[in-house]
Amino acid sequence: MKLKGRKIYKGIAEGEAIVTKDAISFYGGVDPDTGKVVEVGHELEGQSIAGKILIFPTGKGSTVGSYTLYRMKKNNMAPAAIVNEKIDTIIAVGCIISEIPCVDKIDVNEIKTGQKMVVNGSEGTVEVK
Amino acid sequence: MKLTPEEQDMLIGKHGKAAQKSMEILTTLGGIFDAKCMVDVYSVQIAGVSYANLGEAGLEFLSEMAEDGKVKVLTTLNPAGMDRENWQTLGINDEFAKNQIRVIDAFAKMGIITTCSCTPYFIGNVPHFGQHIAWAESSAVCYANSVIGARTNREGGPSALASALTGKTPKYGYHLDENRHGQVSIRVNAQVKGTDGFGVLGKAIGDKLIKLGKNIPFITGIPSATVEELKSFCASIATYGGTALFHMEGITPEFDRYPKPGGNVSEINQEDLEKARFELVDDGLEIDFVSIGCPHASISEIEKIASLLKGKKVKKEFWITTARPIKRIADEAGYSKIIEDTGAKFAADTCCVVAPIKGHFKGMMVDSAKACYYGRAKNKFKVKIGTIEECVEEATK
Repeated sequence: MKLKGRKIYKGIAEGEAIVTKDAISFYGGVDPDTGKVVEVGHELEGQSIAGKILIFPTGKGSTVGSYTLYRMKKNNMAPAAIVNEKIDTIIAVGCIISEIPCVDKIDVNEIKTGQKMVVNGSEGTVEVK
Repeated sequence: MKLTPEEQDMLIGKHGKAAQKSMEILTTLGGIFDAKCMVDVYSVQIAGVSYANLGEAGLEFLSEMAEDGKVKVLTTLNPAGMDRENWQTLGINDEFAKNQIRVIDAFAKMGIITTCSCTPYFIGNVPHFGQHIAWAESSAVCYANSVIGARTNREGGPSALASALTGKTPKYGYHLDENRHGQVSIRVNAQVKGTDGFGVLGKAIGDKLIKLGKNIPFITGIPSATVEELKSFCASIATYGGTALFHMEGITPEFDRYPKPGGNVSEINQEDLEKARFELVDDGLEIDFVSIGCPHASISEIEKIASLLKGKKVKKEFWITTARPIKRIADEAGYSKIIEDTGAKFAADTCCVVAPIKGHFKGMMVDSAKACYYGRAKNKFKVKIGTIEECVEEATK
């Protein structure tokens, strides 16, 4: 299955999907040193997003979140790629400065946690294998 | 998005790595928000300066950008986590100070003027009516759009830096006439005065806007307001309502430029203001810290504090937070000596919101509704809002 979305940041990444219906705040909501979601009550609380294809509807919270993504990248704890329904500026800027492939305008209900997939940020496509 | 040859050159790296990364940020944002082109900006205000927020990774990003990045336009900086000259007496530790200086140095290397203030419009970064700018710092964004009539979106740290290094911002949102119309009429049926009073009004209107799902209020019923009152109002309505632009009849320059909002008029009555003020005073409060200058104090506020404090001694930690150039004027005018002789302290370059002072105090009294919000959220203080006179009285009793 190949889904066509919109290119946000270039690059190709392959990996395992982790999907949530909750928005994510990287500043305060994710621990940049462990790659785990720490927001209390979040659907992914306690789970690691490091090296995964992270799929969620949209970002939320402080604009400092862009720097948190950059910090995760430097710690080798960043997601391999990000797929959103509707991108917001915090996630978009975070992906650009951290060079994480990113695509939006994808229906996140089409993808299940654990599926193997390829994200092509340069073409704006998501392929479930 | 249509780019000029110069913008295209930046995007493919002909102007260096930092300009290229900046143009990637700006074209991507422009694409997301359907901007048709870029617009030249007169000036930039950058947020994300406190080492407490940036951390080592943020600093690393700034250092990378500073390798070949140079500002193209006048660019000033938001408050840092400490006073650069006076940090020891404010209880900031050596390691934080060292790291904070590394951050400021990285900004300086890019040609950014390291003013470290949330009131750039007091210290030389002053756009005129209608000019395009790219500012971060929500209170200054609201002031520039509403009180000056300049045009900016609410930028974050990296996007503002990108504009500084290219001189451009994507033309969408508040840069366009059609997005600057008032969306809801709000009539104030009460007397409002003082920085605290306008802060309370900002919270009352901000809370109402969130409930209504509106961003731009058209406000009537305010006969006059000082610059300091408007500064406090901007900080508060931006904090509680997420507002980047308001129109105020008879006061702000664009109030009669656009069609008036249709629909119902929302009312703010005396009891709404009393309720908002009540919500800015915590139970079980034990005040051991008083702070004035959120946003940074003007020279007339400092003059007023000096005249209220003259000849007294403060009994509690009392900070006056301001921009360093304003502090210099206060030094020359003799206000600083009067204030410092009482035991009160200047905290230039920083403020009670961004300094790493969590755990240093239990209860904070301020004249700012914005400081109440962040004092609670970030520093876990109990808070109380009051007039400048009440703040000085609390500090000296």
